[in-house]
Parts: sequence; C-alpha cells; structure tokens
Amino acid sequence: MLAIQQLSPSGLDQLWFYLIGVLWLGYFFLEGFDFGVGTLLPFVSRDDIDRRVVINTIGPVWDGNEVWLLTAGGATFAAFPQWYATVFSGFYLALFLILAALIFRGMAFEFRHRSDDPGWIRWWDRALFWGSALPALLWGVAFADFVHGVPIGANYVWTGTFFDLVKPYALLGGLSTLLLFTLHGATYLGLKSDGDVRVRAQAMATRLAPLTFVVVTAFLAWTYQTAHTNHQVGLVPPLLPIIGLLALAAVGWLARDLLEGWAFIATAVVIVAFFATLLLNLYPNVLVSSIGPNYNLTIAAAASHRYTLEVMSWVALAFTPFVLLYQSWTYWIFKKRVSRPGAEPVTESSTTRT
Amino acid sequence: MNSLVAGISTLSLARWQFAVTTVFHFLFVPLTIGLGLLVAVLQTAAYRTKDLAYDRMTKFFGKLFLVNFAIGVVTGIVQEFQFGMDWSRYSVFVGNIFGAPLAIEGLLAFFMESTFLGIWIFGRGRVSARIHLLSIWLASLGTILSAAFIVAANSWMQHPVGYTIDPKTHQAVMTNFWAVMTNSTFIAAYGHVLASAFLTGAVFMLAIAAWHLRKGHDLAGFAKAARIAIVVTVLAAVATMFLGDTQAKQMTKQQPMKMAAAEALYNTSTGASFSLLTIGDLSGNALFQIRLPHLLSVLATNSWNGKVEGINQLQKQYEQQYGPGSYVPMIWLTYWSFRIMVGLGILLFALGGVALWLVRKRRLEKSPRFLRFATWMVLAPFLANSFGWIFTEIGRQPWVVYGLLKTSNATSPIAPGYVATSLIGFTAIYSLLAVVEIGLMLRIAKVPPAIETPEEAERAPELIY
Repeated sequence: MLAIQQLSPSGLDQLWFYLIGVLWLGYFFLEGFDFGVGTLLPFVSRDDIDRRVVINTIGPVWDGNEVWLLTAGGATFAAFPQWYATVFSGFYLALFLILAALIFRGMAFEFRHRSDDPGWIRWWDRALFWGSALPALLWGVAFADFVHGVPIGANYVWTGTFFDLVKPYALLGGLSTLLLFTLHGATYLGLKSDGDVRVRAQAMATRLAPLTFVVVTAFLAWTYQTAHTNHQVGLVPPLLPIIGLLALAAVGWLARDLLEGWAFIATAVVIVAFFATLLLNLYPNVLVSSIGPNYNLTIAAAASHRYTLEVMSWVALAFTPFVLLYQSWTYWIFKKRVSRPGAEPVTESSTTRT
Repeated sequence: MNSLVAGISTLSLARWQFAVTTVFHFLFVPLTIGLGLLVAVLQTAAYRTKDLAYDRMTKFFGKLFLVNFAIGVVTGIVQEFQFGMDWSRYSVFVGNIFGAPLAIEGLLAFFMESTFLGIWIFGRGRVSARIHLLSIWLASLGTILSAAFIVAANSWMQHPVGYTIDPKTHQAVMTNFWAVMTNSTFIAAYGHVLASAFLTGAVFMLAIAAWHLRKGHDLAGFAKAARIAIVVTVLAAVATMFLGDTQAKQMTKQQPMKMAAAEALYNTSTGASFSLLTIGDLSGNALFQIRLPHLLSVLATNSWNGKVEGINQLQKQYEQQYGPGSYVPMIWLTYWSFRIMVGLGILLFALGGVALWLVRKRRLEKSPRFLRFATWMVLAPFLANSFGWIFTEIGRQPWVVYGLLKTSNATSPIAPGYVATSLIGFTAIYSLLAVVEIGLMLRIAKVPPAIETPEEAERAPELIY
C-alpha cells in the first residue's frame, strides 16, 4: 500500500507539484530580466544617467517580481515540507550566497540614488551587478543539481558537502541561466528603454544570442543524457525543449531586426521552456539522490496532508487572479519607455515594428 | 570545517543566527507597518485639504519609510529561508501547518505591498492623485496583513491548535485551518504587535518632528505631523498595554512557566507580589528589591489573591508529563526582557500623555527640553519591540513548538561549520547595513523639506531611482 502511494502521487500532490513549478517559472520569467538588466548595467551604459535609465526600467516592478520567490519558497514549505527542508539545509552555502546577493541588490535600488557621492553610487552599482549576476548563475547551478542528483541518504538527510553542488554539469547549468537571464534582460531593455541604451541592448542581444544557444543546447543535451543514466522517467513533452531552442535561435534575428516585442517574447518562452524541462524531468520525484534511486524524494513522500493542500488550493484559487491582475496592471501603468531626461521621445511607430 | 568551531554545536550557532537575523529584521518591520499607515494618513490629509504642508510631510516621511522598507524586505527573505536552512527538522515537523500562513502571506500580503509601493514610488504625476493615494493605502494594508500571517504562525508555536500528530511520519498535521487563524493566542498577539507597530511609527514621527520644531524648520508642516503622531502615540500605547495585559493572562494559562520565569517566581504563591527590579541574585537571594504587593497575581490572573504557579512546581509537573530534562527558560533574560518591555511601554504612554497635554496648552513648540527628550525617545519603541520578542521566544524554551517539539530536536543535520559561516556572514552584512541605514536615515531626517509651489509639488522627477 505504501509502495503504491510512493509511486503514484495523488491528484492534489501532483497539482501542487505543478503549481510550485508555475511559481518558479513565473519567478524566473520576471526576475530573470531583472537579473539580466542588473548584469548588463556596466555594459550598456556610458555614464551615470545611462545607468539610471537602465535601473529605472525595472524600478517599479523588481520588488513585486521578487515576491514570486518568496511565494514559491513559502508554498514549497507548506505543500512539500520535506522538499523544502532537504533542499534548504542541503544547498546551505549556495543559498547563503544567493541571500547575500539579493540583500545587496535590493538595497541598491533604494539606496543608490540617495546621494550624489560618486563613491557611494559606484559601490551600489557594483552591488547591483554582483547581486544580479551571482543569483542568475547560482539558480541554474541549483536546478541542474536537482536533475543531476544530490547526495541524500536515509530519511532524506543530506550527506554531501558544498562541493557536491558544483559539478561540471551544474556549472554548465549555471552558465546557461546566467546567459539566458542576461539575454532576457537585453531584450527587456530593448523594449523598455530608449536612446543609446536601447541601441546597445539590442546589439548585446544580437551578440549574446548565438553563444547562449550553443551553451543551452549543450546543457539540455547533457540533461537528457544525465536523466537517462539516472533512469529518471520524467514527463517532459519532447516538443518543450525543442520549442525553447527554436525560440532561442530566433532571438538573435528578432533583436537585430528590431522586432523588440517578439524578441522579448522569445526569451520569455526560452526561460519557461528551459525551467519546465528541468522540473518536469524530475517527475515523479522532487529530488533525485545521487546515492541511489531508493533514496529519491518523491512527490508523494514529500507532500503535506490532503487538508493542508485543500486549504492552500482554495486560497490560491481565490487570490491568485487578483495578484495577476494588479501585477499586470503595473506593467501597463509603466509601459512608457524610459529615456534620458530631456531627450527627444522617439515615437513607437518610427523605430519598432512589433 | 568542524575543527574551526570545535565545541560549538549546530544548535547554539543556529539559535544565535536566528536571534541576530530576527531581531535585526524586526527592528525595521514595526516601523514599516507604523510609518506606512501614518504616511497614508498624511497623504489623505494632503489630498483632502490641498494643504501643501501635509504634502511636504508625506514626501518627507515617505522617504524615510522607503529607506526603512527596503531593509525590511531584503532581511525578510532570509527569515523565510532560514527555517529550512538551519531548522530542517523543525520544518518537516511543522510544514503542514506553519508553511501555509507563510505561503499565504506571500500571496496575499507581499505581492500587495511590493506592487502598490512600486506604483506609489513611481506613480506620482503618472497616475491620478486618487490612484496614487489608493496605492499607499494598499501598500500599508499589505504590511498589516503580512503581520497577521506571520504572527498566526508564531502563535501556533506558542499554543498549538487545530492539529494532530501523524502516527507514521510524526509530523504535526493541520486539521482545522480556521482554528489556527482564530487561535486566542494569535488574536491577542496580533493586536499587541500591530498596536506596538503603530506606536513605533508614531514615536518615530514625533521624535523627528520634535527635532525640527526645536530647530524652527517648517513649523507649519512639522507641527501638523507632530499632532497626528501624538494622538497615535497615546492611542497605540493604550492599546499595546491593554492587549499586553490580555496576553499575560493568557500566558498564565497556556505557558505558566513563562509567567513564572518573568517574575523569577520559584514557588507557587497566592497574592503574589511583582518585583519592579532586583539587584543581585534572581534565585531568591536578592540584595535589594522593590516589590509591589499582589501585582503579579493581578497581572496573571486578574484577581487580588490569584494563584501563580512557581518554577519548581512546574518543573516537577513537566518532568512527569514530558520526561526528564530542564523545562526552565533562561530566568535572567526572561525576567529582565519582560521588565524592559513593560517599562518602556509605560514610558512611551507617558511621553504621549505629556505631549498631548502640551499640545492642548499650545506649548509644544515652546518646550525645547521636552522636544529634545521626545527626540531621544525614538530609541524606546525599538528596544521595547526587540525585548518583547526576546521575552516571548526565550520564555518558551526549551520548546520551539510548545509541548510538542524541543528546540534541541529542531535543527538541521548539518555540520556547525556551515552555520558558523552564515552566522558570521549575516552578522557582518547586517552590521554593515545597520551603519549605512542609520547614517542614511539620519541624513535624510535632518534635511528640512523644501517649500514648493503647487505646480512643483505635483511634478515628478523623470528618473526616480
């Protein structure tokens, strides 16, 4: 009886596996471009005003985007306590680095503009860059580790060290997300900024796209090979990674041809397809043990009891529509491109053909 | 990595880390909640009266609110993550119940406060004045809601309700969400936390307004801000004390050991007196004490000769109930943190009372010594908030979930070296943040607001960040 339950998670457990997946996809889609914009900050600006233009493109929205992470974390805690416990204690130092990075990055937004002192501004610019690039890399490392398997033994207790997290496959995963988020940030800047920053962002997207394509293709191929070695069944529709790679292949052209809206949609599709592939690959597990398949943490074993999941389902059903509505609304309010003060506004129709 | 910190256990490092990160986080949170509401009130006054003085005050205190909010946000992420990082056995045990309010807090409260604050920061001049006003109210509502869920989660640790223990997995499993959200402990604690947050915001506003009034800056604006702050200080102080008193009576029933430790009462007594302060040993051999007869009985049971259980009797009872071990929290810390919290609360009530009297006599602006005193009192609410939580959490020990899970069984099965690394890391980062934050707050707080024409007041800078 227990064995059957372990093999096939109940419908509600599965639903929450997917919902948490959606929260992570939402997080990476949204904060993905925030990270990208932060990483591109030193590369697409020539002076302080340029840098402020760059930062202001995400100014009103970055904090709301980061809440997706908090909600994903909280939902994992509630719906899959064992998953939350094993991952957060196991990925200890990696998470510490991510937290430290997010702290400095978050401070930078509110603190940078509070003084004219060049040293102060330079300090927070660096905080923004490292605070964006480091998590962009580390999230990829972590998600690759999920697929690759991590040393968890009996009772889902982590038996490894920090160095079990930074295997070549995981590092390639980190490089993939760093490049993907940066590319995503470039297409976002192309869509949301004006003037020189916009031109440089487009050039950056055109230049980064081929490299990103090569790295991500290699990583996904390795992912399939890894999953095969681990005898992971997975649930990935074969079309999913293919759609992702096709969209990625298109980004370079779309950016070069100034189809900015489409370029941004393309990078969004790549990110969603990329992380969906990794997460669905895990099914019916939430964590793969590198020690042996008997130690895999399954959806069923990690899940909370039915009652908790039911309560959470009702709450999610009742409130998620409002959240999506008002969060989309902010993007509508701040839909205008950000440009240097006093610059001639470039009309939408003259330069974009979206 | 073990050798670096030989002899220090994961448990004590994890407890230190939780103490450092949580006390630090909660320095900023009550100010966010309190000042958020006050800025919303100021902006409403500006919107209604079209008086530019209110508009100046909205912008002035809005700046301080935002700088403070940022630290609350970034340190809040650590709060949610460290349960899993340092307390994984706790997380597995409570996830079914404790995780739900955390997730709901994200969905209901964090999205609301962050999104509408984004609109508020960037929306001036871009959205209508009405939407701009609505956005600060919704952001404020978000902060008030977020406190509800986290206090509900904590109250469940203080007084578990609506649960059963799964015999197979030994996890606490939720059976009644409504019971968790209407826990008597939660209702009182939430009121107390909210009232003290409004008190914190009001005293903060009063302190800064007092400084500017003394210096003669923008008298029209700061006198208005001070008036609002004073009224809120008095009301919030009364609510804080009243709800704190309710909590004390609840605690006597739900966690009698905490009450006994709060007074260092070793033996069960009727008509128990309350010691205002003790010099010397707390274990019954004090050198000097000031005692108020019957007060402990009244505080704990609402009756002149009520029976208050003592530490020794409770220890014996718990040994029988839960097995061998000490069930006594750190007495000196529980005893003193309780007194500091209560003492500062009463002091703040007095501050509000005197200020109100001065306002009614129209002498507030002409009382430099009181204004100077009011400015220094800015420290009091922060100390009271910290010591209140230290009292609540230390007084519950050795339990992390009262009666169900001991703190010593709650840690992650990880080497102390990891926890030491992050403890040192967070302490270093937080110290740096504290220096930068306080420096920035002081600088912003000292610059009097610029007097603007109505057109200038409406205009928003092209680049906000």
